[in-house]
This record gives sequence, C-alpha cells and structure tokens, in this order.
Amino acid sequence: MNILVCVKQVPDTTMVKIDPVKHTLIRAGVPSILNTFDTYALETALQLREAAGEGKITVISMGPDQAKAILREALSVGADETYLISDRAFGGADTLATSRTLAATIQLLEEKNGVPFDLILCGKQAIDGDTGQVGPELSQHLGRCLITYAVGLELTENGIKAKRESDEGYDYFTAPLPAVVTMNKTPYDMRWPNLTRFRKARVADIPVLTAQEVIVPEDKRGLKGSPTKVKRTYTPVREKNGQKLAGMPAADAAKKLVELMGAAKLI
Amino acid sequence: MEYKNLWVFIETDEGKAKNVGYELLNPGRALADKLGEQLVAVVMGQNVRPVAEQAIAYGADTVLLVEGEEYNTYNTDAATYAMCSLIQKYKPSIVFYGATNNGRDLGPRVACKLETGLTADCTGLDIDEETGLLMSTRPTFGGNLMATIACPDHRPQMSTVRPGVFKKPVSDPARQGTLVEEDIHISPADIRVKLVERVKEVAEAINLEEAEIIVSGGRGLKEAKNFQLVRDLAEVLGATVGASRAAVDAGWIPHAHQVGQTGKTVAPKIYIAVGISGAIQHLAGMSGSDTVVAINKDPEAPIFGVADYGIVGDLFEVVPALIQEIKAYKE
Repeated sequence: MNILVCVKQVPDTTMVKIDPVKHTLIRAGVPSILNTFDTYALETALQLREAAGEGKITVISMGPDQAKAILREALSVGADETYLISDRAFGGADTLATSRTLAATIQLLEEKNGVPFDLILCGKQAIDGDTGQVGPELSQHLGRCLITYAVGLELTENGIKAKRESDEGYDYFTAPLPAVVTMNKTPYDMRWPNLTRFRKARVADIPVLTAQEVIVPEDKRGLKGSPTKVKRTYTPVREKNGQKLAGMPAADAAKKLVELMGAAKLI
Repeated sequence: MEYKNLWVFIETDEGKAKNVGYELLNPGRALADKLGEQLVAVVMGQNVRPVAEQAIAYGADTVLLVEGEEYNTYNTDAATYAMCSLIQKYKPSIVFYGATNNGRDLGPRVACKLETGLTADCTGLDIDEETGLLMSTRPTFGGNLMATIACPDHRPQMSTVRPGVFKKPVSDPARQGTLVEEDIHISPADIRVKLVERVKEVAEAINLEEAEIIVSGGRGLKEAKNFQLVRDLAEVLGATVGASRAAVDAGWIPHAHQVGQTGKTVAPKIYIAVGISGAIQHLAGMSGSDTVVAINKDPEAPIFGVADYGIVGDLFEVVPALIQEIKAYKE
C-alpha cells in the first residue's frame, strides 16, 4: 500500500481577530498549524496502512521553509517520507497552478520510486483559503479517480469504498485504484506522536524540491500561471442593531420575544 | 468562435433539482441582461424535463438538457465529461455552479480540464462596468476576510456559489424558452467511481441549506442530553436542527448538522442560536439569515452583534419558557 498525503501549513484561522477600528486582520501571534482537514487525511492514511498490514506513507507540502514544521509533525505520527516543495517561482499560485505543481511533484516521485501511489489523500479544503479545489484538480491533472468529502474510507478487494454525507444520511462510493480522495471531518482525530518518533522527526532531514526538480513551464506555475486574480480584499462588516432583552426573568423575556416575533410576522 | 452567454449548472438528484441551481438563475438573469447575453441553464439528470421547464419559468432563455441513467444521481466522471463537452461545443463566457459538495467536486475538475479559473464558494457576483469581467466575491481566511476575484484572460470565467445567498426568482409559467436536448453519453468503462449504497439514517432529511427555520445549539448546552432542548424548540417551530462546531466536536450531534465555515452555509428566514457564542466561523455560515435570534447568557457574545432579537439569560430557563410561549401563541 503506497499512500501519498498532501498537506498545507495554515494560520489557525480560529485564532484570527479583527481590529475593531481599522477593520483589518490581526495576524500577529496567530500560530501556524497543520491544516485541520489534512490531519484527518493523514490519520486515515495511517489507519489504512495498518489495515493493509504494510505500506509506505509519503507526505508532501508546498510552502516556505517554515512549513517543514508540519512535515516533522507528519513524521512524528508515522509518515515514512516527506518532501517540501519550495521555490519563489511557485509563489502566489491559485488552485490550478498549485494543483499542477503538486501533480508534477507526484509524477516526479513516482518516476523515482518506479511505482505509482495507490492512493492520494488530501483534506477537503485548507482552513485559510477554504476553496476545496486542489484535490479535485489534482485528480484531473493525473487522470485518476476522484472521491470528494469522504468521512470514512476502507480498502476493498478491488479498490476503495468511501462514505460521504448526504442530505438524508450517507452515500457510499467505490472506486478502483489509483485514486484521489479528499477527506471531510472524520469521527476520529489524528493520533499523538510517540516520543521516539517525535525525537527523530525533530532532527530529520526534510528534502526540499525546487523548480529545478519539479518541472512546470514558467507560464503555468506561481502567480503567472494562475488564471484567477485577487482584485480586492476587505473585512466583512456584520453589525446589526438588534433588540436585546436583558435583566428580566426568563419567562418575561420569552413572552416579549414571542410578541416581537409575532408582530414581525415571523411566527 | 467568441465566448458568449452566461450558464448556470442545475444539479439534480433522482429527478429533483437542488434549490441552489434555481437560485443562481436570479443573479444569472441580472448579469446576463447587464452583458446583453443569453442566460442558459444546463440541466443534467434522469427524467428531468420538468426541471428544464421550471428553469425557463425562472428566467432561462435556453436549457441544455442532458438526460441519461448515468446522471440520475451525481456521478463525478459522467458529469465532468458532459460539462466539458458542452462548454467546448458552445463556449460560454461565464459558468456558475451551486457550491454543494457535488458542485464543488465538478467545478474544479472542469476548470482543470479546460485550464481556466474557478472561484470557490462565492457570496457576491457582479460584472465590472469597465472591463465586462465577472467579479466574484467570497469569504476566505475562515470567514475573516472577503476577497473579490476575477479571471481576466481565461474562459469561461467560473464560480461556485453558496446555496441560500440568492433568492429563487419569481416563477412565470407562461415564459417561453428554447429547450435543446443534448445527447451526451460517456462510455460505461469510463465511469470508474460508482454510488453503491444510500443510507437514509435520519428520520427527516437534514436539509439545512433549504430550511426556512433553523434552531442551532452550541457549547452553552453543556452536555449531550441537553441538546433535546434544541430539538424541542425546533419541533414547536417546525424547524430544522443545526449546531455549532463546538457541539459537533463534543459529539452531541452528527457533523451533518454543523453550520459554519467548515459545515453548512445556511440562509433561513429565521435562525435561532441557542448557547452559541458566535465565533466568526459560525457567523460566516449563518449571517445570510433574514432574522437572527440569539439566546446566550454572556451579553458580550459576538452572536448578539448579528442578532435581530436577543435574550441575555440562562438558556435552561429561557428555552422551556419560549417553548411554552410559542405553543400558547400558536393556539
């Protein structure tokens, strides 16, 4: 079982605050973390390897040098091999340019290993960009099967079976391997590292792949290779002058609220 | 051939259209008029001619109807093949998809195959007066930031758009339009991903995106059994039950009920937040609601900043009282 997991280092967006006066993001002091949904992908990879009884897990990430931290984290929970894709030439990429660079990296590693990855796992989206597009685009670049938003994944005789949320409950999909699967929140969290692995990961040599190794035409990578352009950003203003019922007994407040809602023809 | 006309993809499931497809005909009509171009709906499914007719009643000039067994439920391989074939044949300048799981599966595959841009999860759509370019606005950075994005040099310009952001247009059954049947069938061998089983686990569908009233519970409920209060309040109102991430993470309720940046985006007529403080990720998922009611014991909770009506108080006293009052009011 040869599994590749794509991960991203992201600011913990749950810790971001808005400057109430300037309406700008306060990024200072916000920790960088392994993207939440990628932790589900990584844990799923570890569980599939255990279920198969053997296998290798490779983890790749694109980003600046400091993103090595999340690759060390991946090693510490059980990944075998990691690569950081890092080059200014890849900077400013949108989802299409990013997925193209990741696809080129995967093809490079497959050539080097002499075998394709049976399974490529991604988190359903990164919690900073929130697009959810890189996984599906990756499958398209590589011409591989795609299952998105899985909340569970198992190996079958002929491939994989994935569980996906629907409006009424769950849908189950099957696909042959090789395949790309994007993981939604799973019922399980990523395991804790064990101490031995943690110590080894801290000093592990993380290979860096640059634009010298990962060959993508100049006009297909980074900012230049990105069809979408950000024209403007701003912080959303969400202020309403609602009626607040405070300092009265619950029964009175409830009564008043129902009166107000009734008068507004809401109920 | 020049790229022209605005398309809306209408997703169907077992013959029934997802509301967001119809909703998109609303901004679609307005922007097509602004450009002086046609509004085209792509209806994909099995036995979906009524959906095609409804799309015309909702404002489409033309419907491209793609029918077949392989489209009965969403199939990633069949839908990607059909959509790419249509776009290559007709060359639309703009394509919108509903940002459902399936729309967010299809959009990026099509964008990649056609090497064009796609803006995810948009909440605002406009045409730039000067350039005539599509300007798509979306929340990013966990809902903390809004970004307006364009795709200047590649066609079509494509966006996935959040359900519930736009209202369905007014239906005009007398409206005339053109219905074009498209005969597109992928070879069965190329359908690699298959839906093998559907499990209906819940008594009533958790269709938060299309709910008119939602009652959501959060951390303030303290433990799993107290979630019953939220269910009871929902029941007297005929509402759908939602939850904050904290309640889902605590295991009090399944993830399918989660409202927020990493859950569902909702826009009901009434949203009642019970014991939810209102983290920005939660607000990003529900601030499109018409009327927001908040019940929280902390008067400084951010949820009050987006609420039309708020009760500052102990939810364990307020909610039972509210259930009584609503029952009394309804009688």
